[in-house]
Amino acid sequence: MSSIFANAQPLHGLVGGVLIGLAAALMLLGAGRIAGVSGITARATGLAESGMSRSSAWLFLMGLPLGAILAAAAMGTQKASFAPWPVLAIAGLLVGIGTRVGSGCTSGHGVCGVSRLSARSMVATATFMAAGIATVAITTILGAR
Amino acid sequence: MDRLRHLLPPLLSGALFGGGLTIGGMTDPARVRGFLDLFGSWDPTLAFVMGGAVIVMAIAWRLQARMVRPLFGERFALPDRTDLDGKLITGSALFGIGWGLAGLCPGPAIASLALAPAAVFPFVGAMILGMALHRLLEMGAARVQA
Repeated sequence: MSSIFANAQPLHGLVGGVLIGLAAALMLLGAGRIAGVSGITARATGLAESGMSRSSAWLFLMGLPLGAILAAAAMGTQKASFAPWPVLAIAGLLVGIGTRVGSGCTSGHGVCGVSRLSARSMVATATFMAAGIATVAITTILGAR
Repeated sequence: MDRLRHLLPPLLSGALFGGGLTIGGMTDPARVRGFLDLFGSWDPTLAFVMGGAVIVMAIAWRLQARMVRPLFGERFALPDRTDLDGKLITGSALFGIGWGLAGLCPGPAIASLALAPAAVFPFVGAMILGMALHRLLEMGAARVQA
């Protein structure tokens, strides 16, 4: 039993989640926009026609690594293990195309849409969760990762 | 001063978001894959991240419903589509496959540009390339229709 949750950090997860919720709430109540990272990225890079102003999009995207540095400095060294770069490149391509075709990712659909009880976002979230679970299961069986 | 009122919320929101992702452990792809590893050694941490974020946002939506306009803006500009279509499902499935392969989604990937730039660059670069490919295909389809 203990092995299942051996690596879990529920308290860190909850604190992090509340901060993410506050971030999305600030975007909603402050700027009247959805904090969807894929949409904001497309907007900043000029690959989306509508959305927040490009300066706002860039500021949000600059804030992400800034907050990450501050949090990492406060918490000490953070563990992170990445896949080899060819895997990351293929995955990045799928994420880039997929989030545009599906109009959102974990932040826009998963956090902002699900909390709004949007049917589209709940279906999108269920779909990418199922696809992610299947992908991890298959790569584990194949011993590819 | 008026400009600052508009520029500060997105920067602060991004920073809170990046800090939350880091504290929640989402900038470690192994932890994200651990959450998706339902049939292996499941790591429930991401469920707490999602839960915390969704609860706070559910309260924010209730506040939003009583507001005429955002605090630092002229009007709310929110998605209003309610239909379910093939694109929503196909796109989400493609995204999920990439998410599962790398253990990265757009937020943590961009936040990690500060923590592990060399490691995440191939992902972020390919992600923007994928978005550009989608844009090209979209523009091509529009031209065919016109």
